This record gives sequence, structure tokens and C-alpha cells, in this order.
Amino acid sequence: MNFDFSDDQKQLRDQARKFLTEKCSPKAVRVVLDGKAPYDKELWKGLAEMGFLGVAIPEEFGGAGAGHLELCVIAEEMGRANAPVPFSSTVYLAAEALLIAGSEAQKKKWLPAIASGEAIGTLALFEGKGNPSPESVKLTAANGVLNGVKKPVADGAVADFAVVAARTGASGRDGDISLFLVDLKAGGVEVKSLANLDPTRGQAEITFKDAKAEPLGATGEGWSILIQVLDRAAVLCAFEQVGGSDRALEMGRDYALDRIAFGRQIGSFQAVKHMLADMYVSATLARSNSYYGAWALSTNAAELPEAAAAARISATQAFQHCAKNNIQVHGGMGFTWEFDCHMYYRRANAMALGLGSLSYWEDQLIDRMRKKNAA
Amino acid sequence: MNFDDNPQEAEFRATARTWIGANAPKQYEDELRKSSLGRTQLKNANILEVAKAWQKRKADAGWACLHWPKEYGGRGSSPIERVIWQQEEGPFGLLSRMFIIGHGMCGPTMMAFAREEHKRTYLPPLASGEKIWCQLFSEPAGGSDVAGLRTRAEKDGDDWIINGQKIWTSGAHYSDYGILLTRTDPTVPKHKGLTTFFLDMKSPGVEVRPIKQASGASDFNEVYFTNVRIPDHQRLGEVGDGWNVSLTTLMNERSAIGAAVATGFPELFEYCSSLMLDDGPAIEDRAVRSKLANWAVKASGLKYTSMRAISALSKGERPGPENSIGKLVAGSMIQDVATYALDLQGAGGVVSGEDGELAGRFQAMLLRAPGTRVEGGTDEIMRNIIAERVLGLPGDIRVDKDVPFNKIPTKGR
Ligand SMILES: Cc1cc2nc3c(=O)[nH]c(=O)nc-3n(C[C@H](O)[C@H](O)[C@H](O)COP(=O)(O)OP(=O)(O)OC[C@H]3O[C@@H](n4cnc5c(N)ncnc54)[C@H](O)[C@@H]3O)c2cc1C
Repeated sequence: MNFDFSDDQKQLRDQARKFLTEKCSPKAVRVVLDGKAPYDKELWKGLAEMGFLGVAIPEEFGGAGAGHLELCVIAEEMGRANAPVPFSSTVYLAAEALLIAGSEAQKKKWLPAIASGEAIGTLALFEGKGNPSPESVKLTAANGVLNGVKKPVADGAVADFAVVAARTGASGRDGDISLFLVDLKAGGVEVKSLANLDPTRGQAEITFKDAKAEPLGATGEGWSILIQVLDRAAVLCAFEQVGGSDRALEMGRDYALDRIAFGRQIGSFQAVKHMLADMYVSATLARSNSYYGAWALSTNAAELPEAAAAARISATQAFQHCAKNNIQVHGGMGFTWEFDCHMYYRRANAMALGLGSLSYWEDQLIDRMRKKNAA
Repeated sequence: MNFDDNPQEAEFRATARTWIGANAPKQYEDELRKSSLGRTQLKNANILEVAKAWQKRKADAGWACLHWPKEYGGRGSSPIERVIWQQEEGPFGLLSRMFIIGHGMCGPTMMAFAREEHKRTYLPPLASGEKIWCQLFSEPAGGSDVAGLRTRAEKDGDDWIINGQKIWTSGAHYSDYGILLTRTDPTVPKHKGLTTFFLDMKSPGVEVRPIKQASGASDFNEVYFTNVRIPDHQRLGEVGDGWNVSLTTLMNERSAIGAAVATGFPELFEYCSSLMLDDGPAIEDRAVRSKLANWAVKASGLKYTSMRAISALSKGERPGPENSIGKLVAGSMIQDVATYALDLQGAGGVVSGEDGELAGRFQAMLLRAPGTRVEGGTDEIMRNIIAERVLGLPGDIRVDKDVPFNKIPTKGR
């Protein structure tokens, strides 16, 4: 047993952190936050050049073929830096869906384009309020075209293609859902940007009107593929959340050492110390759960569904907890647009919803634990 | 990152499993499996005797205190082997809770500070459970503020004469030896005038008075010292350096207790899996599931945090202040879990003991839990440790820090 990243993986982390510290300063994040660009194109190019976009994509499809542990390491750094790029939609959702269910031709077409930074992808699953469920998918697929509306679609306004969940049968149960690949730049697709909690990663509404689509995976297997994609993305997002938690904790700690009130550093007040200690506790529990998820993901272990749900819940809670208390430690400064605290607060709360809310994953976790116990 | 045994680990596991299968006191397995915090008792046997017999059997075959050196009664095992052993020992491991203070704190302190001949004399019978040790630190005036203690040690020829009182001493009533923290110089600031010893609990002048706990049980005691003599060669560390010695003990305490505290989660999950509420099975109730999920990730988070700590240990790193997390999280969690289990029982939850639901399992947990949040350092002290020693925040303001101990104002003493 060895429950830690290897030295090589730690070196990769240092490399990614150094790169992101240089290329993704809070100032750079603000360009996107303030609406001056839909995402940071320079950074995206740089990530491709560093090989980070294709780190878990096999070499035969233009990636580095390193693996999912390496991707977890990068994800953590992306979260720390609050990177304003469509990384999670492209790399965790679209690429993973292709890796799981894509035909040889589909992989050849899209994976090298993802790895090189030429194509941005996303997953179009939700249709308004609510959590992932086959019943909630109303968009239909028939005769090779899609009709319906997806909303919100993460990074939908900048994506080149989407993996779309559609109904191919009448009942709306598991077996009636199938996945499709759609070129979003082609006809029959209308995209509208939506205001959202975290402008550093956009959300869109996409309307499909007789939009051409090709099946991804077998007809009727869409839901079971989706569950696998969501589980993998849950682990990868958990690492982004862990990175964000750590950064928010660090910001709070640094401010507590810096700020003087009543003639003392505020970090010497026990109420502040204990708040920071509790942030450390939740960040640590989340990190440990995420390591377990990383192991399960990288070995494709039978434990993955349970480990992914645990990582998801714990990391979501930790990031929300650290981000909100970071503002509290900063006092009034923390509530200004000028300070960076709100960027993490926004990201934490947006990420808490992106793959389905906390209550959805709580439900999943208990279901999965029950199944394991029954087995 | 991997969870699988390597070939040596797999072999070790197989050997341990075979030996446990052939030697463990199987007749108690069921009862131990069903016991939880506050309720580790055997109906038809004295648990201390059963625990001692199991420990001795392990020691004779080389399975006691695995990570200790062989010459001191251990096996010289790696941290990972110790974990494998604990996994294989399963419910029988509950029996070694009796020895946790001796094995987890006193042993390591002896190893770090005792003379070689004392280590060879005292450690093997400690490892084998033949001799039980206790930790005599806390006093009425010094709990969280351990360095505020008043028990005096005065030099008399080659001996020291001890006078004073300890309190909350777990297991003192059945202990053979103890590690004792005393004040040897009241004229210097409090941390500088302390000295540590080990002593025979049967020495003349030692009086142990059991205290009845809030839970109704009686596991800890008051200990009085009246002109107790301790030879100087039983001193641990330098005169006046007792604070440093005690830090070693406390650091080990945190990892020993931190790794051993129950969270109550497995019990609650099992309970909810079979419990029927008015409108259906508890496990299908949305609110119940949400609660369970929240505790599930805390329990697994603790488990994998300790695995990360063990991975670090096996690479040669020392146990650090981050080990405070285990007790801090588990302590209040078990209290909350027990409260919730009783809530699910409704009015019937008030009935405890043998007449209660599941023979009063969660009621016992509830009544023992407050102690968990205090023993080995309170929640507040744990948070201070994390804030100061992990996050590097300033220490609390200590108005008594540079004042000679005998000049510190006291209230009514
Ligand atoms: C079941 C049990 C077993 C024990 N076994 C042993 C044993 O074997 N040997 C032994 O030596 N001791 C033992 N103890 C004693 C234990 O270590 C002390 O009770 C504990 O350290 C707290 O000290 P205290 O009881 O004096 O409480 P106090 O220190 O008086 O604390 C009272 C309250 O004040 C708070 N407080 C104190 N200082 C601070 C601070 N700086 N910042 C914030 N809050 C603070 C505490 O958190 C607590 O809430 C045991 C205790 C229990 C409950």
C-alpha cells in the first residue's frame, strides 16, 4: 500500500503550479470575470503546449498517455488557480465520454483536437432545474437529428462540439436514453450565453432544431455511459475543489497573519484560529476522500461509484466551507469586488451544482453503499 | 497510489490471518463485534482478564506491539504491517483498548527517554499486557493547561519525594506503573520547572480513588501522593525538561487515540439499513440518507487521512500535529451520530441498557461521547494545535508565560 502521489506526479504538480502562477494570475482571471473575454485563450493554448489537455488521452489519439492520476494532479492546480478555461467540460466530460464510448473514428476525430487545444467540447445533459435523471431528458433524437433545448450547458457558448443526452424511446427510463455527438458550429444549433454564478466558466442555453447528430455508443446505453462519465468527472472536479479549498484556506491564513485589530494580528484571536482550523479539517478530509477516488479512477476499480460520490460530496462541502469562511476572515475587504475571495466563492458554489447537486450525490452514495453491503 | 498488498505484504497478511484464525478467543467474537464506544463489556467474563490473556498469547508468538523493536517485546514491523495486522485482528483488536495508554503513550516515552536497562526490563512485560501502565499528567489545576500542575518532586539524596494529587487518571486502579509529570522548580516559569519520572504504582504513599463518571462507569481515578519515593534513575529526561518529555507522550497520544476513536458510523448505517419508520424503511427516507451521506464522507475521510499518515510514516516522516484531526472530527461525530440514532427511535430512545433498542447501544455511545471530546485534549485544544502548529498562526496570549510559577495568581488555592 502507498497512499500518496509518486515523486514524478509531485514533480508534475510543481510544474503545473509554476506554469499557472505565471500564466493565470488573479488579474488574468479577472479579464474573463469582467466579461472582457469568454475564456482565456492564451492560457488554453499554453495548457495544450504543456500537454495538460491531453494528459490522460492515449498517445495514439494525440495525448500524453500518462493517466488519470496525472490528470488529478493537474485538476488540483486548475482549481487552485481558478483557471478561466473550459477545462472541465472539455477534458473531464467530453473527452471522457469519447474515451468510454467513442468509436475509433470518433476518437480519431476529436481526441487529438482536444489534446492540441483546437477543439473545445462539453456535455449537454440538463434541461432546466433538477438533477441528473433519465426522466428529465426531454430532447428527442430521431432520424439522425435532435430537437429540444439544453440548459445550462457548461462552456456551451465556446464549445465546438457537444455530447448530447437525448431520448430515443417513449418511456423516458434508462434504456430510452442515448448519447449523440453534435458539431455545434453546424446548422440547426442556436447558442445563447446565460448569466451565471461563476462567469469565469460560462453557461449557455442550446437549442437544437433538426440538428444533425451521430450516435455516441449504442442506442439505449446512454444513461449507463453518462453515469460512468459523471463518476469520473466527479473525481476530477473533486481535485479542482480540493485545490480551490486549499487556496481559499491559504488566503484566509495569510490575511489573518497580516491584518491587525485591537493591537493584535487577527490570527491570534481564537475565534479566527478555530475557523481556520475547521477549514483545514474539511479540506483535509476532502483531499483524503479524493485520493481514494483517484485510486479508484486510475485503476477502474469496482469501488469507483462509491469512491466518486464520497469524493464529490466531501470536496463540494470543503470548497464551499473554505470559500465562505475565507470571506468572513477578510471582513469587509472580503466582500469587495476588488479582493479575490469572491472568485473562489463563486466557483465553489457553481461547482457544487455542475454535476448535480449535493443532495443528488448524497442519494447516490447511500444507494451505492447499500448495493455494496447487499453484495 | 495503490491499495493492493505487495507480495511481502500479502504474505504477512496471510501469516497473520492464519495465526489469528487459530488463536483468537473466538467465543467472544460476536459480543465484541456488537460492542461500541461505551459498551465494551463481556457478559460472562471479566474483560480485563480476557484482554490480558489475548495480549500474552500474541506476545508469546511475536504479535504484540508490532512496530516496537524485538528486544523490547515487539516485532520490528513496518507501519503498513501494523495496519494489516489491525485489519486482520478485527473485533479482537477492541481488547487492546485496555492497553492503549501503555502501548500508545508510555511505551514510546520510555523508548525515547529511559535508560537502556530499564527499557529491557520494563517494556517487554508492558508489550505482553502482563503489566499495565497509566499516565499521570492531569491535575485539578492543570488539564488543558498541563504545565500548570502542582504535584511537587523534591530531591532527597538519590531519591525524589513526591507530594500532590493527580486526577482523571485512566486505569490507575489496575495499573502497575505510571508516567508522572511533576514540578521540581516553582521559582521559574511554569514550562521550565517540570520533570518526568516513571514509578511503581504500588509504592508506599500512592493512593488511588476511583471516580464515578458521567456515564456511570468508573474508568478513571484520583491519585494521591504522600511522601512517595522515586529513585533518581527512574527519571525520564533531564531535570527541568519534563515539558519536552511530556510533548513526546502527548504527540503519541494524539496519533494513538486519533487512530483508535470510533465514529459510530458503521453502527448507524447498519441500524438505518434495517430500521422501519412510520412511512417506510429509514434508509429510503431522504432526510435520513442525507445525514448518513454526510457522516459517511467524514468517516471515510478520516480513514483515508490515516492511510495518508501511514504512507508518510513508512517513508520515514514523523507523526505530526496534523494527527489531531482524528479525535477532533470523530469525537463530536460520535456524539451527533448517537443523538441522531436516538432521535430515530423517538420516545423509545430514552430507554437505555438491556431494555433499550439494540440493548442500549446508542444510549451507551451518547453517554460516553462527552469524555471523548475531552480526554487527550479538548476540541478547543485540538483546534489550537492545528491553527498554531499546522497553519502557523500566532500562539494564544499567555499572560503567565514569563512569570515564575510561584508568582502566578491563583484563585482560592
Ligand atoms: C475519559 C477521560 C480520561 C482521561 N484520562 C486521563 C489520563 O489517563 N491521564 C491524564 O493525565 N489525564 C486524563 N484525562 C484528563 C484530560 O486530559 C483532561 O480532562 C483534559 O485535558 C481537559 O482538562 P480539564 O479537564 O482540566 O479541563 P479544562 O482545562 O479546565 O477545560 C475546561 C474548558 O476550557 C476550555 N479551555 C481550556 N483551555 C483553553 C484554551 N487555551 N483555549 C480554549 N479553550 C480552553 C476547554 O476546551 C474546556 O472546554 C482524562 C479525561 C477524560 C475525560
